[in-house]
Formats: sequence, C-alpha cells, structure tokens
Amino acid sequence: MTQLALVIDLNVCVGCHACVTSCKEWNTSGAAGSLSDDNPYGKDPTGTFLNRVQSFEVGEYPNTQTVHFPKSCLHCEDPPCVPVCPTGASYKRKEDGIVLVDYDKCIGCKYCAWACPYGVREIDEHEHVMKKCTLCVDRIYDPSLPEGERKPACVMACPANARLFGDIHDPDSGVSKAIRDNGGYQLMPEWGTAPANHYLPRHKREMNVRAEDVERVDNPLKVDGRLPKPALKSPSLDDVTSW
Amino acid sequence: MRPALSVILLTTLIGVGQGLFLALYTVQVFDRIGLIQGPANAAFYVCGSALALAFLAGGLGASFFHLGRPERAWRAVTMWRTSWLSREVIVLPAFMGCVFLYGLGHYAGWAQHPLVAGVDATLAIGAIGTVLCVGLFLCTGMIYACLRFLQEWHTPLTVINYLLFGSASGLMLATAYAGVIEPSLVGFLAGWTVAFTLAAFVSRGASLIRNARLKPRSTLQTAIGVKHPRIVQSSQGFLGGSFNTREFFHGATHAFVRSVKWVFLIGVCPVPLALLAAGLAGNARVLLAIAFLVQYAGLLAERWFFFAQANHPQNLYYQRVS
Repeated sequence: MTQLALVIDLNVCVGCHACVTSCKEWNTSGAAGSLSDDNPYGKDPTGTFLNRVQSFEVGEYPNTQTVHFPKSCLHCEDPPCVPVCPTGASYKRKEDGIVLVDYDKCIGCKYCAWACPYGVREIDEHEHVMKKCTLCVDRIYDPSLPEGERKPACVMACPANARLFGDIHDPDSGVSKAIRDNGGYQLMPEWGTAPANHYLPRHKREMNVRAEDVERVDNPLKVDGRLPKPALKSPSLDDVTSW
Repeated sequence: MRPALSVILLTTLIGVGQGLFLALYTVQVFDRIGLIQGPANAAFYVCGSALALAFLAGGLGASFFHLGRPERAWRAVTMWRTSWLSREVIVLPAFMGCVFLYGLGHYAGWAQHPLVAGVDATLAIGAIGTVLCVGLFLCTGMIYACLRFLQEWHTPLTVINYLLFGSASGLMLATAYAGVIEPSLVGFLAGWTVAFTLAAFVSRGASLIRNARLKPRSTLQTAIGVKHPRIVQSSQGFLGGSFNTREFFHGATHAFVRSVKWVFLIGVCPVPLALLAAGLAGNARVLLAIAFLVQYAGLLAERWFFFAQANHPQNLYYQRVS
C-alpha cells in the first residue's frame, strides 16, 4: 500500500513562504478552478490557501529560537474528516493515500473542517466548497511533465530543500529514511489520526574545531625545520610559509 | 467555535417540534390507557401536529442557510453508514413525514378505519414517530458528541442535553397550546414540562461542571512537536483573516460569554417555571405562552454558549497575526 506524504525538515525551513505562493499559484490555475483571493493588496486581505507557513518563538529571551512551521493537510492514515462527510465528497484514495475533496459533491457544510484538529481545510468563499491540499495530484501523475518535476509544487519551490515527497510505506524511500534517521514525528499524536506527513525536528548544530583543523601538523616544511615557524597571526601563503 | 445562527435555529426549532410531538403522543397514550381524560376531539392532535410540523420545517429551512451549496443537499443522504450528519438528514424528513401522517390520521379518523379494523393506526404511527423522534435527538447530539477532540462536546451529556432541552421546550409549548385549545390537559402537560425542564437544568449543569474541569489534551507542544515549555506564536502566516480565524473564534469577550451562561441558566429553567406556576395559579393563558417564549429565548442563548464554549485545537495554530 502506498501512502504519499510530505516530510518537512524544520531544521532547514527558513520561513520564506515560497511553498505557500507556489502552492497558491499552481492550485489557482488548475482544472478545479481558482482559489478565492479577496483584497490581495487591500486593507483586509483574505483567501483560501492550501498551505501556510507559521512562525513560533521557542524559549525564553535571550535563549530563543524561531521555528518556521509549514502546515498543510497531513493526509492522515485515519482521517477524522472523511467519515463525518455526509455526501462522501471527502475521501481517502486507496491507491496512494491522498485525502481529497470531490468539489462537485461537496455541499459546503464545513463539518469536515470542524472534524479536523489541524485546521488545514479552508472553505472557498466563492465556490462555497471545502478546499485542501491535494499533494498536487494533478502534477505528480502527469506524464507530460518531465519525471523530475512530478512532485508537488511546494516541494519544487522550496529553495532550502526542506520539503521531501515520497511514499512513507516504502521502507527504502527517501522520506522513510529521513523519518527513521532524523527522528521524524507526527503532529498531535494524542488524537490517533496517524498523519502521513512527518516533521523532522530541529537539532543543535555544534561546530567541532580541532587543533589540527587550524594548524597543519604534517607540514613537511616545518618538519624539515628549514623555515622558522611564523607566529599564528602573521600573514601566510600556503606551502610557502607555514602555520 | 463561532456559533452559526442557522445551526442554533435548526437545533432549537426541531427540538421544540420533537418535544411537541412527544407531548401529543404522551397525551394519546395516557388517554388510551385511561390514566387521564383525553381531549374532547381530534383537533387537539391535528392542530398540534401541524404546529410541530411548522417548527420542524422552520428548523429544516434554517439548516439550508448553513450550506455553501444548498442545491446539492440531497447528496447528504448517501453516507449514513459513517456520518451522523447524514443520518440526521435522513431521520429528520422521515420524522416529519411521520408527524404529518400522525396529524392526518387523527384528521381522517384512522383510529376506526375499516382497513385496519381493531387497530388504532394513529397509535402505531405515533410509536414509529417516537422512535424516529428519539433517533433524531440522538443524531443531532451525536453530530457534536462524536468529534473527539472537541472535548467540551465529546460526552454523552451532549446527547442527553439535546434530548432533555428539546423535550422540555416542546412540552412547554404543548402546555401553552393546551391552554388555548384544551384547558383540561394543562395540568397534566405542565407536570411533564416541570420534570423535563428540571432534568435538563440538572444535566446541563453537570456538563457545565464537567467542561469547567477539562484540561485540553492538545497543546502548542503537541501541535508543532517541540517539547520546550515556553512556545509563543510570532506569526500565523497571514495578515488578514481566513476561514480558520473566522469559523473557529467567536470573537466575544470572556465577560460576554460568561454573562450568556448566566442568562441561559436563568432563562431556560427558573423564569419559565415561575411563569408557568403563575400561569397555572392565575389561570392565565398568556403567561403560559410567555413562559414558552422566555424558555425558547433562553435556549437560543444556551445553544450560542454551547458553540462558543467549544475550543477547537486548530486555534492553537492561529493565535497571532504577526
């Protein structure tokens, strides 16, 4: 069984919103119709987005870190939004695990949004149907695209490569390895929704500078002793003078 | 959650309609058993059914205003296997049909119809209607009670409250209605009204106490998966509002929400019961009608509070604009 998902590396995300804008661009231009966008340059801009980037400050000043946190539909393996839908418009595909909305069946009752603890479903105020991340289902199987581009628009756009895309049920896939090797986790595990999307935690980067990284120990010139060892601060030219 | 007027009207209006039907059927059953002297003629049941049907139709009509695509509402009958909302969409019209047949049966005199000789057809229809009526209370309550992460709603008390408040308000209307058309039944119906109103008051009080002690299971820590005890949102990702900020935040002040709680607590039980007692003592029909109107207004406040109190875990993600 395939379960396509995104794995988002919080250690890499810089919060640039490129995934947000590329998502909006791709999904507002597709066959499913536009995503509503009102007053984009006005006083109170609002609209439907399938992906958001939020920022959180963790810790107490001065020991704080800013965590940029992209959030889109997590394509839960046990999605609470699907069984509550009265029309069957909200469904989970058996073949690849993507949770989708059939925009032609949705009656816009918003019950699925109530049933989603993550707040990733947004109603389209113009089409009056519920919209959500499709994992760019109209991209990833498109044979007219080069194979390398058959990925969600957000993954293509991320300049830091913080977003990985693949099958988390395939133990040899890149996303499975990333989850295994980096302690990938799910959001709000307390509700048992088993989100397919995983997040890779932030971890501390420490610089290990050893003495031999700064001062070359095997300098033959120094071993020969033909040249005097200059002071560390004196100008140096590699292989001519020595550290 | 932001309380939606359409849903408040839907749940309160069909509750009144259901309670009124239960009151009519209770009168008929007790009359049949011989415990009370029933109404003099069938007009009591016929007009009562019509009144119940009007409330149910009003609720059904209000529900359409909640839909983005009401023209597709018929599709909502398909997922009855999994969705309580779909079940409600099926049971409500079925119950309305039953109430219609119940009134029609009394109008046409099906109690002594030659086709069903020896059987009171209205009693049978009423029995089916009662099952559907309780089923409808169950569906309406379970729509909210089944959402496990809305902890304020995820309790059997939600269903019990819908059942008791709906019945109480319908019985209150039945009492006022009997005051107009069949004064001999006022005492009998008032007894049931007091019992159900007090029961609803107790069970709602229990749910208020329960909800006051709730500890949210989701926190910012589980929401973004960072273990640090101090996390503050610095940006929700957009400057203006979105569906997430409009649908899940009621926007009212804490003081306002608390005052609505006291308004509904006073409005659904003590005041209407006092008016009912005064109406019975003074034999004043108008007081009975006012008692119903006050209780219904209290119920509107109760339903508003029911939605406003529910704290959706998605709100953790939408705390700060920038």
